[in-house]
Amino acid sequence: MPDVMELVYEVSNEDFTRAGEASSDVKRKLKKLGIPSDVIRRVSIALYEGEINMVIHAYGGKVTVTISEEAITMVLADKGPGIPDIDKAMEAGYSTAPDNVRNLGFGAGMGLPNMKKNSDEMNIETQIGVGTTVTMTVKL
Amino acid sequence: MTVEDIVRILDGTPLTCKDNLGIEVRTACGSDMMSDVLAFAKTQCVLLTGLCNPQVIRTAEMMDIVCIIFVRGKQPDESMLELAEENGIPLISTPHRMFSACGLLYENGLRGGKMDA
Ligand SMILES: Nc1ncnc2c1ncn2[C@@H]1O[C@H](COP(=O)(O)OP(=O)(O)O)[C@@H](O)[C@H]1O
Ligand SMILES: [Mg+2]
Repeated sequence: MPDVMELVYEVSNEDFTRAGEASSDVKRKLKKLGIPSDVIRRVSIALYEGEINMVIHAYGGKVTVTISEEAITMVLADKGPGIPDIDKAMEAGYSTAPDNVRNLGFGAGMGLPNMKKNSDEMNIETQIGVGTTVTMTVKL
Repeated sequence: MTVEDIVRILDGTPLTCKDNLGIEVRTACGSDMMSDVLAFAKTQCVLLTGLCNPQVIRTAEMMDIVCIIFVRGKQPDESMLELAEENGIPLISTPHRMFSACGLLYENGLRGGKMDA
């Protein structure tokens, strides 16, 4: 295994049924690398919620996952509408998702809090009308 | 309780991974909200849901959910069956409604996970 491994995915917002393909591939690769299962679980949940957000709240984007000896770092960058109030967005239960998203089983406002819970560090950079970049780290 | 027991208790029809129904199930979680499942489900749990789309399978994959039970006779489509088969997740369809299906499993000794603080 090289010291650092980088995985890059384009996430499309055209087909909701395909959301989660990046998370699925990352999970498979982490398993192959023999990463502890509790770490894989946390990465999978955090990344999947992040991927879903890129699809339902933005217009898709790019996911970059870096695996080193110390940590797994996930960077989710989108060119969506941005988040006007991050503190509010982080509140459990706060959601601007429309009904059609809720009918698909998402939009309970639990995504960002759950991403924070499952990562050791989470940082959100956002600019209205430009986009949002969420960076999460899970330590090994 | 095993997946096989669940099939019997719920008058269920196994739809995928039919050779793999001996797996042990520890807890259960009933929800149509995948965000809630992602926030609260425990390990080795079975998911009961009335929601029927590919993200249900994805959610189960991410959470290492042991098996998915579709209530009210919901039938997953071909793409969902394929995704579940690929990930080794047994899908079961039961004619019972959510409340009754959960009640039947509870009555037979299956419990929900402990509540977080
Ligand atoms: N990538 C994003 N781009 C724009 N807005 C976002 C993004 N991610 C989250 N949000 C905003 O933050 C809110 C809360 O997100 P989250 O906790 O994941 O709940 P949910 O996705 O269920 O609405 C969303 O409803 C949305 O308004
Ligand atoms: Mg979300």
